[in-house]
Amino acid sequence: MKKLLNTLYVTRQESYLHKERETIVIKNGPDKLAQFPALAIGNIFCFGQISVSPFLMGYCAEQGIGLAFYTEYGRFLARVQGKPTGNVLLRRTQYRWADDPDKATDVARLMVAAKIANCRSVLLRDLRNHGENSSLKQAAKKLAVSLRQVQSAHSVETTRGIEGEAANSYFSVFNERLRGSHFRFDGRIRRPPTDPVNALLSFAYSLVTQECVSALLGVGLDPYVGFLHSDRPGRLSLALDLVEEFRASWADRFVLTLINRRQVCPEDFETEAGGAVRLTEKARKELLVAYQERKQTEIMHPYLHEKVPIGLLPHCQAMLLARHVRGDTRYYPPYLVK
Amino acid sequence: MDDYLAISALQHYAYCPRQFALIHIEQAWSENRLTAEGRLLHERVDAGYAEQRRGVRYERGVLLVSHQLGLTGKADLIEVHSPNEGKQESPRYFPVEYKRGRPKIEDWDRIQLCAQALCIEEMRNTQVTEGAIWYWQVRRRKPVIIDAALRQTTLDVIEAARRMLLSGETPPPIDERRRCKACSLAELCNPKAFARDRSVSYVNAIFQESDDPSEDSQE
Ligand code: SF4
Repeated sequence: MKKLLNTLYVTRQESYLHKERETIVIKNGPDKLAQFPALAIGNIFCFGQISVSPFLMGYCAEQGIGLAFYTEYGRFLARVQGKPTGNVLLRRTQYRWADDPDKATDVARLMVAAKIANCRSVLLRDLRNHGENSSLKQAAKKLAVSLRQVQSAHSVETTRGIEGEAANSYFSVFNERLRGSHFRFDGRIRRPPTDPVNALLSFAYSLVTQECVSALLGVGLDPYVGFLHSDRPGRLSLALDLVEEFRASWADRFVLTLINRRQVCPEDFETEAGGAVRLTEKARKELLVAYQERKQTEIMHPYLHEKVPIGLLPHCQAMLLARHVRGDTRYYPPYLVK
Repeated sequence: MDDYLAISALQHYAYCPRQFALIHIEQAWSENRLTAEGRLLHERVDAGYAEQRRGVRYERGVLLVSHQLGLTGKADLIEVHSPNEGKQESPRYFPVEYKRGRPKIEDWDRIQLCAQALCIEEMRNTQVTEGAIWYWQVRRRKPVIIDAALRQTTLDVIEAARRMLLSGETPPPIDERRRCKACSLAELCNPKAFARDRSVSYVNAIFQESDDPSEDSQE
C-alpha cells in the first residue's frame, strides 16, 4: 500500500516556498523557517499570501504532490496540475457511466448506502459508549429504514431523495452528541456557516474534499464528473460523491472530538459583519495540527483487509472506484466504518 | 509509428499480462524504488558513445525498429564484430541487454533480446544468431541463442500484446506470490484485493446489516 506522506500546511503570511536540491524550503523574508526532504511530502496546502517558485510547482506536478492554494480562511482558490495521469479510456468510461442512468445509479446508490450505514454505525457506537438515548436510537432506526430504501432505489434522483432524508435524521440528533458543552447545533448551515459548529464542519469537509480531489486525480479519474452529484460548472462532483463515505466517521467525528474534548472554545471563532462565523487564525492552525494527527490513525480497511492510515482512505477509495470503472469488480466497494 | 509496440513492453507482457496492461494501457506507472534503480542503470549504460576495440565496435543506446512487426525500442548495447580482414563477410551483430537483477530461468529477458535481434535483422538485412544478457547483480554475462523456438515465443508475445492493447482491457491479477512480490507495480495492481472479485458479497453485506432484527427487539 502507498505510504501516507506528510501534508504541509503553510499558514504564515508572506512565506515563500522553493526547492533546494532534494528539499523543499519555506522562507519568510531572509529567514529560513523550515526545510523538508521533498520525498517525504505528499501535499502542500497554502493559506493566504504564500508564494511558490514555478520550479517547485513543476516538481510537484511531476511527482504527484498535491499543491493547492486557499484564502487565509480556507476557501479553495487554485491547484497546480501537471499532465493528466492515467488513461483517457478510464475517463471516457467515467463520462459514459455518468451519462448512463443505470450505471450512475449503480455507483451512486452504493456511495449513499455506505454514507447512511456509516452514519448509523457512529450513532450505534455513541449509544454503546454513552448509554441509552431514545432520540439517537430513533435516528439509528430511521437510518436503517433509509438504508433499506436505497437498496432498491432505481434512479439517481430517488437516491438523492433518500440521502437527503437520511441526512436530516442524522443531523437531527447531532446536538445530542455535543456533550455538556458550550456549543449548540441547530441544523446544518452552509455557505456561509453562521455558528461555530457549522463553521467547524464546513472546514473539516473542505479538507477532506481536497484530499479526495488529489486522490481522484492521482488514479486518473476526473473529480468534476460525478455519479451522485450532477455536473455543475466548477463543482467537484466526483470528489463530493466520494466525501459522502467519510463524512460521519472521519469529518464529523473529528469535529465532535474537538468540541467534546474542549480543544476548541467559543473564543476560537469570530463573527463577520455579514453573520458568517469563521475560525481565528490561531484556532485554524491548531485544528490543522489535530487533523494531521488524526490522519495517522490506522484502521483496518474493510475491503482491502489491510491496515491503512485514515489519511489514505481517499486514495484507497479512488483506487477502488477506478478499478471498478476499469472492470476489475462487479460493484464499487464503498468505505464502511467497522 | 504511434501504434508500434515498445520492445520493452514485451518483457512486461511475458512477465505478467496485467503488468503490461497497467503500464501500457492504463499508463499507471509508479516510480518506485525498483524502477528508479532500473532507470539509473540505464542512464549509465546510455551514457557511453560508440567505441572500437580490436575489431569490435560497441554501440550503446541504439534505436531499433521493425516495420514488419510494428516494434520500436532501444538496445542497451550492440557489438558489431567486423569480419576478419580479406573475407567477404558482412559484420556480425550481437545485442547485449543489461538487467538489474540476477539470471532468471523464465523467458522474459530472452524475449526482449530476441525482439531486438528481429529488429536488427530487418534493419541490417542480416541474421542474428546470438546475443547476451548482462546481469548487474551478479556481474555476469549470459549468452542467449536466438533459435527457432525463442523466435516463435517472441512472435506469439508480440501478437498477444498487440491484441490486448487493441482491446483496451486489463486482465485480472495472476496472483503468483513470488512474481507479484518482485513486481514493481504490485502496489498499483493490488493482486490480493483483485485476484477474486469479492464486491458482490461485500455489497450485499451493507444492506443485510440493517435487517438485523436485534435492533428492533431493543424497543
Ligand atoms: S502484482 Fe502480480 S498480478 Fe499484479 S501486475 Fe505484478 S505480477 Fe501481475
